[in-house]
Amino acid sequence: MGIPVQQQLSLARGRAGPVDREMVEEVVRTVLTTMSGDLTSTETSLLHEVEALGRTISAAKQEIAALRVDDIKDEHIPFATDELDAIVEHTAGATNAILESCEIMEEVATTVPAEAAAKLSDAVTKIYEACSFQDITGQRITKVVATLKTIEAKVAQIVETFGAQGGSIPMPAAPKASPEDELLNGPQLPSNAMDQSDIDKLLASF
Amino acid sequence: MAIDKSMNVLIVDDYKTMLRIIRNLLKQIEFNNVEEATDGADALSKLRSGHFGLVISDWNMAPMTGLQLLQEVRADAKLKNTPFIMVTAESKTENVVAAKQAGVSNYIVKPFNAETLKGKIEMVLGHA
Repeated sequence: MGIPVQQQLSLARGRAGPVDREMVEEVVRTVLTTMSGDLTSTETSLLHEVEALGRTISAAKQEIAALRVDDIKDEHIPFATDELDAIVEHTAGATNAILESCEIMEEVATTVPAEAAAKLSDAVTKIYEACSFQDITGQRITKVVATLKTIEAKVAQIVETFGAQGGSIPMPAAPKASPEDELLNGPQLPSNAMDQSDIDKLLASF
Repeated sequence: MAIDKSMNVLIVDDYKTMLRIIRNLLKQIEFNNVEEATDGADALSKLRSGHFGLVISDWNMAPMTGLQLLQEVRADAKLKNTPFIMVTAESKTENVVAAKQAGVSNYIVKPFNAETLKGKIEMVLGHA
């Protein structure tokens, strides 16, 4: 048996600040319990549904609190973005070292017989082509970092909404992207991407 | 029409590694007069103070994108006829359409190979 409604209401009235959500839930639950004898079976069922919904919301609040959003914001996301930045930095360093070696090979190619020089040149060209992966990787990682930051902001917003006293906080509207920004899609996954021949066909269609 | 390979070429990309790769690929096809810019504003400044026969630009750069650079080039009386090739990972239809509408001379999607770069340059300069 919980605290009687009158006593709960007196406690609520006696508080200096806003009444917290748990207290309101408790009062409503007690009122519903006392009313159940005067209600039809449909109304009772509906009220039980509402009560179950309240319990679900309460459990969700606890689960969200357990997420420790401050850790996500202050620790996990910065750690992940730092790691990703380090990947970009290291691959850039490695790529530059490869390119430097290629440039030396090209100098050497000028001192060897023509046939060998041609082979060296072909090999170096293929290395240059392959090294462009670093640019694509960097752009993909930038997209991942942006996604992580969006997740961070959304989680913080959910926690703020559920934890707020005196009603929910409306989600701010997402900022509208400029027409230029809407065209900054970055590299596409192979399944979504157009290849060079698709682009040539599209250009030719104008 | 013979291509003048002694012309100045401006390559624009915010990834220095990519600039180095394109410069080396251009050198292999005998374009040795290559200048670099790391964003649209830098490129525009170099284009206005120099004389370039070809621009090869990335799209995704800040604060001025390759598309904005292209629009500025096409809006400039002195630069508007400069051949402009976009080399980018942006491969969506709307990107290609936007670039074409802005007056791009040709469009290369990353990752690309040396043969594609050579072919597009020949196509663009052959028609210049």
